[in-house]
Amino acid sequence: MSESWPQWEIFVRSEAGLAHKHVGSLHAADARMALENARDLYTRRNEGVSIWVVESTDVHAIDPSEAEAFFEPSQDKQYRHPTFYHVPDGVKHL
Amino acid sequence: MTTPFLDARAQYVLRLADNALVLAQRLCAWIGHAPVMEEDVALANVSLDLLGQARLWLAYAGELEGAGRDEDALAYHRDVREFRNVLLVERPNGDFAATTVRGYLYDLWAHFALSELARSKDDRIAGIAQKALKENAYHLRRSEDWLVRLGDGTQESRERTQRAVNDLWRYTGELFLGDDVDALMQSRGIGFSPEALLDPWLERVRESFSTATLEVPADAWMQRGGKQGVHTEALGYVLAEMQVLPRAMPEATW
Amino acid sequence: MYTQMSDGIDGNPNAADEREGAFNARLDRAVKIESPDWMPEAYRKTLLRQISQHAHSEIVGMLPEGNWITRAPSLQRKAILLAKVQDEAGHGLYLYSAAETLGTPRDEMVAALHSGKAKYSSIFNYPTLAWADVGAIGWLVDGAAIINQIPITRCSYGPYARAMVRICKEESFHQRQGFDIMWTLAHGTPEQHAMAQDALDRWWWPAVMMFGPPDSESVHNEQSLRWKIKLFTNDELRQKFVDQVVPQSERLGLKIPDPDLRWNEATQHYEIGQVDWDEFYRVIRGDGPCNRERLQARIDAWDEGTWVRDAAAEYARKHAARSVA
Repeated sequence: MSESWPQWEIFVRSEAGLAHKHVGSLHAADARMALENARDLYTRRNEGVSIWVVESTDVHAIDPSEAEAFFEPSQDKQYRHPTFYHVPDGVKHL
Repeated sequence: MTTPFLDARAQYVLRLADNALVLAQRLCAWIGHAPVMEEDVALANVSLDLLGQARLWLAYAGELEGAGRDEDALAYHRDVREFRNVLLVERPNGDFAATTVRGYLYDLWAHFALSELARSKDDRIAGIAQKALKENAYHLRRSEDWLVRLGDGTQESRERTQRAVNDLWRYTGELFLGDDVDALMQSRGIGFSPEALLDPWLERVRESFSTATLEVPADAWMQRGGKQGVHTEALGYVLAEMQVLPRAMPEATW
Repeated sequence: MYTQMSDGIDGNPNAADEREGAFNARLDRAVKIESPDWMPEAYRKTLLRQISQHAHSEIVGMLPEGNWITRAPSLQRKAILLAKVQDEAGHGLYLYSAAETLGTPRDEMVAALHSGKAKYSSIFNYPTLAWADVGAIGWLVDGAAIINQIPITRCSYGPYARAMVRICKEESFHQRQGFDIMWTLAHGTPEQHAMAQDALDRWWWPAVMMFGPPDSESVHNEQSLRWKIKLFTNDELRQKFVDQVVPQSERLGLKIPDPDLRWNEATQHYEIGQVDWDEFYRVIRGDGPCNRERLQARIDAWDEGTWVRDAAAEYARKHAARSVA
């Protein structure tokens, strides 16, 4: 078996005003080819107006075993959400 | 009711149609067999674009001809001698290098040809050319890109690509060789001068070949005849395969 | 991406049990499993086998229909078939991409296919002998695939579920184009009608077998149901298929090749005759009419593509080095 082409993560902006969204991955020899292949593979039905490609090894993610420590501290700070506050009857524009 | 002018215009459009149709037919044979799966998808895209272009040209050619032939009648019920495509597009797929080089040489010509036709005084021709031009930009980007990757890749890939160039070069002359039909269409502001495309085409070929570390072949005899219906032997097999069902059951609709 | 699938036991023998408990609790709450999450090794292996088999099926599945692209009898049919087979390549790629999140590179899965170790759907080992076969495949094979796949959009593994959502959306035209071909042929010349009937005769039983062995013999059913990788049993899905297709065949004016086929008023379901499961296992084992040709075609594509992939890799390496320098 010959060497493999690197894997790329593909992000597509479906229309102006929306963020790029991860849609999957593919293989390509370099970034330019990854963009071409992404166009063919992930936008065959007019799904995109913009594409990002990122080599998969360049994606850094949180270790799931640390997820609790990472995310739970924000759970008890309900005062960050507007629903935490009581709005007296009749008060508008708050 | 036909006139020499109408006949010539139908012929002219038929040439454009057959170029796209025969190349689409060649390319669609790759699907399922490409060097990498991403390329199956890409080759199918190019083939589908060309097939779409062929259908638009054929429909118009049929109208100009005025004999009631639709796209399928023209695609499936003409023999080799009635096909008007250039020889280049009927050449066999060969290996991926041959397919890439054939695609590049044609796509680059089509880029210049369609740019001219997009300004045609015939609105239908201009409209189809404008649509095809956008698709062609993608085809050319891909084929040029692969040409450079293969030429400037490994020693094996360069050898295969240079061999393909040397094999196919003799079929490029015809792209720039006008005849009476071309002259008439050009004089009416409908078509362009094939000869005038040669310099810009050659200039760009030299640039990309240089980037691809490929050599432009020395001047040699150029094959011709496709536009007049005198083809290479390869086309007969292409048509035999493509046309088999409607020929076997001419009374059927599909 | 996310290749850290190691079990990560950190010296605590109870850790695995705790994690398995948390994993099962998550399944019960219908929270999707995502690729970097801990998962039981058996879950990972089962998923990998299922998703890669599914991917292989899409890729091998290009061949029987691809066989007719160059001979499609009208330019419109040619365009439709080309777009459909292209979708199959795309769907294979979506699925390999989903499977790669489980930590196995695509090339490894492909090598397993080529060595004969990995399986793909047995249906693609039957030959497409006539144009009507393209219609029968779209109508029956894609029809069966849709019934199989729609529940998977709700399966427990996020990347697989998402790939399947995309695939189901795109495949919605596949079955219809097949039925449309059958309709045209069934209402065409007597010759065309006979061609359609012949295709149904040959594809019916293989399509019925696509749902896998009966529940009484299925090895993976129970565990996969518990893991929410499967949501219905083979027989449940098969019944759904039969109930959908029989009335469609009547509208086509074509006859299902099963003398025992009958409507059961009490259960409100169609009942089919005995399936030849020996044939099913024979084809799975490699003795179907086209097993060798299908696999060889894929191996040839790979082997003949090696120099192309190498060239692109070499080009990329040279130019990456140049842009750094």
